[in-house]
Formats: sequence, structure tokens, C-alpha cells
Amino acid sequence: MRATLSVRKISLLRSSTFFLTMSYVSVFTLSTLMLMAFIYLHTSSYMVQQTDAIIESEINGLRESYRHDGIPGLTLLIASRVKPESVGSVILLLVDPRLNVVVGNLNRWPNVPGTPDGWLNFKLEDRPTVDETARWARARRYRLAEGFLLLVGRDLHDLEMSRKAIARTLIWGLVIAAIMALVGGLTMTRRLLRRLELINQTSHEIINGDLSRRIPTDNTGDDFDQLSTNLNQMLDWIGELMEGVRRVSDNIAHDLRTPLARLRNHLDELKSDCKDVDDAEPVEQAIQEADGLLATFNALLRIARIESEKQPDYLVDVDLSTVIRDAVDLYEPLAEEKSQSLEVSIPGTQNNIRGDRDLLSQVVANILDNAVKYTQPAGTIQVNLSNGPLSVSLMIADSGSGIPVGEREKVFQRFYRLESSRSSPGNGLGLSLVAAVVTLHNAKIRLEGNRPGLRVVIDFPKPRH
Amino acid sequence: MQLLIIEDDMKTAAYLCKGLKESGHNVDHAADGKDGLFMAMENEYDAIVIDRMLPALDGLSVIRTLRAANKSTPVLVLSALGEVDDRVKGLKAGSDDYLVKPFAFSELMARLEALTRRSEGDNSQTALKVGDLEMDLLSREVRRAGTPIELQPREFRLLEYLMRHAGQVVTRTMLLENVWDYHFDPQTNVIDVHISRLRGKIDREFDPPLLHTIRGAGYSLRA
Repeated sequence: MRATLSVRKISLLRSSTFFLTMSYVSVFTLSTLMLMAFIYLHTSSYMVQQTDAIIESEINGLRESYRHDGIPGLTLLIASRVKPESVGSVILLLVDPRLNVVVGNLNRWPNVPGTPDGWLNFKLEDRPTVDETARWARARRYRLAEGFLLLVGRDLHDLEMSRKAIARTLIWGLVIAAIMALVGGLTMTRRLLRRLELINQTSHEIINGDLSRRIPTDNTGDDFDQLSTNLNQMLDWIGELMEGVRRVSDNIAHDLRTPLARLRNHLDELKSDCKDVDDAEPVEQAIQEADGLLATFNALLRIARIESEKQPDYLVDVDLSTVIRDAVDLYEPLAEEKSQSLEVSIPGTQNNIRGDRDLLSQVVANILDNAVKYTQPAGTIQVNLSNGPLSVSLMIADSGSGIPVGEREKVFQRFYRLESSRSSPGNGLGLSLVAAVVTLHNAKIRLEGNRPGLRVVIDFPKPRH
Repeated sequence: MQLLIIEDDMKTAAYLCKGLKESGHNVDHAADGKDGLFMAMENEYDAIVIDRMLPALDGLSVIRTLRAANKSTPVLVLSALGEVDDRVKGLKAGSDDYLVKPFAFSELMARLEALTRRSEGDNSQTALKVGDLEMDLLSREVRRAGTPIELQPREFRLLEYLMRHAGQVVTRTMLLENVWDYHFDPQTNVIDVHISRLRGKIDREFDPPLLHTIRGAGYSLRA
């Protein structure tokens, strides 16, 4: 039986394209982050170096003044530098050997150990800050000849501010870059998915039987277009092969059925030439054998034709009630001969489906045929039609020998017959035809136990109006 | 009967011609659609047997042309294809019956008989009569030798078909097609059971029997 697949859309989150995009976005964001971190560290260390260079050159200037004018001259110079109005980021402090402040804009010598080459980092406690955090300063100590100590430094507050501004800018840049990457990635994924979806959609329609469908191409010659073109060529090729197979089976029909029929007709002539009824008997048997062969052959070809049928456009509204009543009407005398009771229950509703009356009649006839054949005399056969919201269900149940659970799928295969029924007449094609017609009607068939017996249930989809 | 066979397969054509001539009919043969159409237009035939697949002009086109020219000769289409839509196409083109190859000669014969009789007979009859068996189509009553016989609706239709074709051989397939509108052969010979039931009602208590079984062919109702 051909499986009817429902078309499943590719979910964005589950697609491999989405996964690829997300990996790309992550790698992109990470490398941007590393770049930004490098810029930040480099800039801030450069700023520190700049500060240190300024401090060095200031010390040089003050040392010149000291060498020239001694402590008094230096004191004057520092005093002029740290006038209240000129207090910027400059930090200057001159202390005597007992660390008493001589002149400068610090209250006292900072109580921190310095590096061996005289650099100190310390907090500025007396200066106000904007954001309540500690203000830091960096300075260099310079020892003068008479035991005096000179401290030259810079308030790092402004530097810190610009460093923070740079960090903020970089972080924002990173966020924007990540968002852009994400949006771009999603857009790309969506576009890729849309094209994949087209291919997926088409292949589903093909799996469901419409081999004439092709993937739309846009003639851009890009990789997707090439993929679609290649797939289409492959489909053309498959179509040709299938057409070839169908031709072969048509040829078999033509080439084998005709000589078989001729054989049958020869036998017919032979029989009419027989003067004696006893002579005609074996010929009559041979004719029946030939008829059986022809019937099997016709059934096989009929199944093959139904299976190769696409969604047929000749399906019309068929009233299942009539189809069932007619088939029951045909088989009722047969059941009566075996004293079987044939119970029919059909709701008085509209029981229309889209279908082919002839094929549906054969389905009901084949199932009823089996039911009558495999149910013992005086058994019961029930035919039931029920009308649900989405489907019309046909149920034919008998009280016969049933089908073992393990064999319920196999009985739909061509020529498959149960061990117990091999002796009874039949060609093992009845249920294969049923399965083919069921698939053609987009219906579902299931075989269930009826304790005792078999219950065949077919759910036909309701027509959409 | 005056018959025309339009068939390109020489073996089938020879077999048909031989069989039909032996049955006492006059048979003409055309090997392609063009010749066939020409002969069908020129002469008056009782029935035409035509293959669907023909060189020069296919069978359905021949029928369409004939019908367009107001030729109402009954036509039986032979075809190697056997699907429902093929049959429908054949009937739409104006054919009167459809037979799938391969077929038994007796089947073809029975159908040709029915076809030619159909074109003579009229459907406006209100009563049918075979021997002492009478059927009133208006009151839907059946009597044999004056005794009323109760029939189920389907039995009535079965008997009606047999009576309309009284004296002819009617095959099981013809009964399935015309009484049940079934165009496939059920796995079991259910028709036999219906016939024996009908026989029980119209023949059992009367003499002589009217419903006869023709071995290897079908049934015949005759007085």
C-alpha cells in the first residue's frame, strides 16, 4: 500500500539552516567581542602611557627649576601652578624631610607604598566625585638633594571617565553588531527556508502520487536554482521510467491476454465441435481454467492502473448508502443460501463522498464476498455506515475465522493468502484491489478482530465544499 | 445480420469474421479507421464492431463522425483498455456497448444480438409477455398462467431485462452491467444465485420451464 504523507512544514527553529545561522551569529559576536576588548585594552594602556609621559616631562621641568633656583624657587613655581583656579587634573606636592607639606594641592603625603622606581597609585579622599566612586590618582615621587620629596601626578578621574565612555561605546557597538547579525541571519534563514520549503512541498506532492509536479525555478542559476533544475531532471527521468513500466504492463496486457483469449476461443470452438456431452466436459474445464487466468490477469492490471492513478479528477459525489445497499442486495441471496444473517445499518444522513462508484462498489463487493465466504453457515455479517464530523466510516464485520494479528497487513499484498484459506477459491487479489481503491480515495482501512471474526473499517474523508 | 468489423489485428479480425459467418451473418471487414468509416457511411449495417485503437483514424473518432452524420447504426467498441473512464469515453462518443479484450466469442455474440434487437424494439411497451409469463410495467405486477408472483424490486428488474431480451442469450456480465450497473466481475458467481432464486419463483410450480441455462455462455428466457 502507498503511504499517504501529510505535508509537514519545516519549522524555523528545527531547521539546520537556523542552527548554522545561530553558530555563525555566535562566532561573529565572539570575534567582535575580542576585537573590541583588544581596542579597549590597547587604548587604555596607551592613555596610561601618555599620562606617565606627561608626568615625566613635568618632573623634568620642575627638576630644572630646582637645580637653578633651589627649594625656594621650586616652592614658588609649584605654588603658582596649584593656584585654586588652575587646579585641574595636576597633582603637585613638596614635603620636607619630615614629610610636612611645604607647598602643593594635597593635604598630606599619600600613605601608600610605591614601586621601586617611584610610582604611586592612591585614592584622592578629599575631592568630590560625580558617581560616588573613589577617585584615583597616579604620581611619581622625586627625591631632592636636601631630603625634600617632590610628588608629581595626575588625577585619573577624567581618564577613567573617558575609559568608561570608550567601554560603553564599544559595548553598544557590540550589541548592535550582534542584533544586526541575528536579524540578518534570520532573514537569510527565512529566505533559504522558503526555497527549501518549495522543494519540500513539491516532493511531498510527488510522494502523494502527483509525479507531474516540478520544483519552480527562477533561472538565476544560483546553487538553489541548480539544485531545483537537477531534481526536476531526475523527476523527469523517474517519470519516464515509470511510464516505461506502465507501458510494459500495458504491453503485457496486450501481448499475453490476447493469445490467452485466443486459446480460450479455440477451446470454445473445440467444445462446439464435440458431439458427445462427455467429450465436452474436459474442454469445458479447460475453458474455466483459462477464464480464471484471464480474470487474475485483469485483476492485476486493474490494480496496477488504480495504483498509478494520480489524484483523479473524475471523482464525483457518490452516495455511499446506495453503493452499500446495491452491494448488499447483490450478496444477500448468497448469504441467505448459507443461512447467514446480513444486518445492515445506514444512517439517514447525507453519506456522500468524493469517489468512483464502480471502484467503491467493487470494494464493498470484495469485502462482502470474503465475509460470506469465510463465515460459517448461520453466522452473522454486519454492515454499518456511520457519519462522523470529518469522515464517513464503513464497517463490515463478520463472525468468521478472522485474520491473525500478525497477518493483517500482509493480506493487502498481491497473491497473499492465509494458510487456512488456500483451499478455498480466490486469487489473493481481492484485498489488494481494496487497498488500492482505498488509497485512491485518500481513505484509511484497518482490520480488527471481532471476537470472533474480522472487522474491516474504512474511513473516507468527507468532501470539502 | 449485416455486420461490419473494423479491426486492425488480422488474427482477431479473421477469428471474428469466421465465427460470425459460421453463425450465419454477413460480415464486412475494414483494417483501419478511414476505410471503416467510409464503409459504414456507404452501407446499411445492422451493427458495427470497432476496435478503439486503429491506424489512420481511432475508433472513437469514427463513431463521433458517424453520429455527427446522423448514422444511428448500433456500435460495439472493443478495447484492450478496461478502465471505467475508458468505457465512459466510449459511451460519450456515441457507442452503444463496450467490450474489453480479450472476450469470449459467446459474449460478443450475445451483445450483438441484444444491440440489434434494442435498435428494433421500442421502450414504450407497457407490458411484456413470454409464453404464459406476463409483466405489467405500469402496475409492476407479474403473473404466470394468471397466478400473481411476488418479486423483490431487483428480481423485477432482472426479470424485466430477461423478458426484454427473450429468446436471446444473456450473459452474466450483461446482467451485472444492466441490472446492477456493475462493470466488474465479482469474485463469486453471485448472478447464478439470483437466477436460481428467480427460477424458483417463476418456474418451479409451472410447466414448461422458461428460464434456461446456456452452458458456458449465460441464460436465456424463452417459451
